[in-house]
Amino acid sequence: MSFLELQNITKIYPNGTKAVNETSLNIENGEFVVFVGPSGCGKSTLLRMIAGLEDITNGEISLDGNIINQIDPSERDVAMVFQNYALYPHMSVFNNMAYGLKNRGISKEEINNKVNDVAKLLEIDQLLTRKPSMLSGGQRQRVAMGRAIVRNPKIFLFDEPLSNLDAKLRNQMRLEIKRLQRQMGVTSIFVTHDQTEAMTLGDRIVVINNGVVEQVGTPKEIYSKPNTKFVAEFIGSPQMNLFNCKIENGIAHIADMKINLNNSTNIGDATLGIRPDDILISDNGKHSCVANLVEYLGSDMIIYSKIGDQEFSCKLSSKINLNAGDTFKFEISGTSVHLFDNTTGSRV
Amino acid sequence: MTKYISLTINHFILSIGLLVMIVPIWIIFASSTHSSLFINTNGLQFFLGDNFIENYSRVLFKQSGFFNEITALKMFFNSFVMATGIATLSVVTSLMAAYGLVYFKVKYATVIFWLIFITLLVPLELRIMPSYIVMSKLNLVNTFAGLILPISASAIATFFFRQFYKSIPDELLEAAKLDGTNSLRFFIDFLIPLSKTMIAAVFIFMFVFGYNQYLWPLIMTTSEQYWTVVMGLKTMYGSISDRFAFVIMSMIPPVIIIIFLQKLFIQGIFQNK
Repeated sequence: MSFLELQNITKIYPNGTKAVNETSLNIENGEFVVFVGPSGCGKSTLLRMIAGLEDITNGEISLDGNIINQIDPSERDVAMVFQNYALYPHMSVFNNMAYGLKNRGISKEEINNKVNDVAKLLEIDQLLTRKPSMLSGGQRQRVAMGRAIVRNPKIFLFDEPLSNLDAKLRNQMRLEIKRLQRQMGVTSIFVTHDQTEAMTLGDRIVVINNGVVEQVGTPKEIYSKPNTKFVAEFIGSPQMNLFNCKIENGIAHIADMKINLNNSTNIGDATLGIRPDDILISDNGKHSCVANLVEYLGSDMIIYSKIGDQEFSCKLSSKINLNAGDTFKFEISGTSVHLFDNTTGSRV
Repeated sequence: MTKYISLTINHFILSIGLLVMIVPIWIIFASSTHSSLFINTNGLQFFLGDNFIENYSRVLFKQSGFFNEITALKMFFNSFVMATGIATLSVVTSLMAAYGLVYFKVKYATVIFWLIFITLLVPLELRIMPSYIVMSKLNLVNTFAGLILPISASAIATFFFRQFYKSIPDELLEAAKLDGTNSLRFFIDFLIPLSKTMIAAVFIFMFVFGYNQYLWPLIMTTSEQYWTVVMGLKTMYGSISDRFAFVIMSMIPPVIIIIFLQKLFIQGIFQNK
């Protein structure tokens, strides 16, 4: 039996919206799992149901062997870091962190020790007497995490905690969260709509769309073998190129371009996906196109072009000299493509 | 240059406003330090006289009223008890009412709120007879409870607190829940400290409201022992300087309250968080 088990979880809001649909998921002790999906896909709702902040319409959640559906959030032994941190504005940093412990009837001395230890760990021990309004965004973030850590809960829940930080700080905190989680080994669930965060943080990623789990897997699995067209499009930056095509005897026809897939598939209505960095640009390439737009990113550049009326992009080293308007030759290997059946949306 | 001109004009206008408000009070105060005889012969005074201590101590300790049963000092005490009682109870009841309306999933909470709100349309004067009958059946005539209770729930204060609670993000409650708080603790540990400034503002409003009550104490009290300052102002049959001294003193309690709570009061009125 897994540490945290979700069985056929469904959430229907009073107004009839189905936010989460028949979701089942097993999370092991000490794992770092990331829920990722576009906004409104139900990932936060799922997290809030685990926390007990949202009623469960149907299904069962069990934590450490106990079914927690009916258990009060305060008794579930979970800690959550909120998007806007939800620090208690009238309490000092110390009291923000100590509040949960006080409510659990822990002795003053022990609270002192615990809060000081965690504050040191997070390097906020200089700030303990300040009020949240006197802290910077990054410091607030740390306090919010400290408040969660100090309780030593069974599970950490993170609800898009990095989205209010600027890009540099976000990267820094991301690393720190990862490091802390490794260090403490506490099971964690992290909700984000940012696929980079998901890829870098998660031991496993759960891709959610429209309240349904599209795929569960390690970042590598999800990236290299997306189960559905949605996952293929959502994970990876820049986005995977998706071409509508017809496949006859293992040959994909995109406009007048032919790609040999080295198999004998036949699909009338298919989608061929290829990652922008899997398009090999070389002078010996079989296909040629005009670069409509070139985006220079420093070490890389992204070229936007068209095959027939379908747009695509490819990513290549910026050492190659190529400008907008130039014609370039490229090659697509049949082994690096992803095929999806358009009628089912799933991988072939 | 134009900056100085506009600054001068601004200050000129402000000074006029200030004078309009201050001068009458000053004249009353200055006159109250002269003997009645002097004022009767020479009219209102702009400069201080030398009867200050004499006049004020006479007014404070003189037995007055129809039956000479009450001193001004006792009136101040009565007014203070009444105003503090009304202010405190209003704060408590409206805090709790707003808490109930916003944080508990009360069915028809909005309807209930508007029912509370439309009581604003029914002033005390309109319900003064039924209120009196209720109080007299409860044997509360001539008691502080009788003076305080019927006017100690405030719709407008409930409205203020409700709006404020609605502006507090839900995450705060959720974070507190996960930290193991219960409804009562959330109220005490979070809502009360967060609404500190609002409480100060409401307290001042209600204190002044209670202090200024005239008709209700007039009806609720038959014993002079329960007369309040505002009633006393009407029935102060002393000499002219005594009356002036009493008027000046009657302004002091609200002013003191405002001085003490001013900082919180201003934050409370202008806070937009």
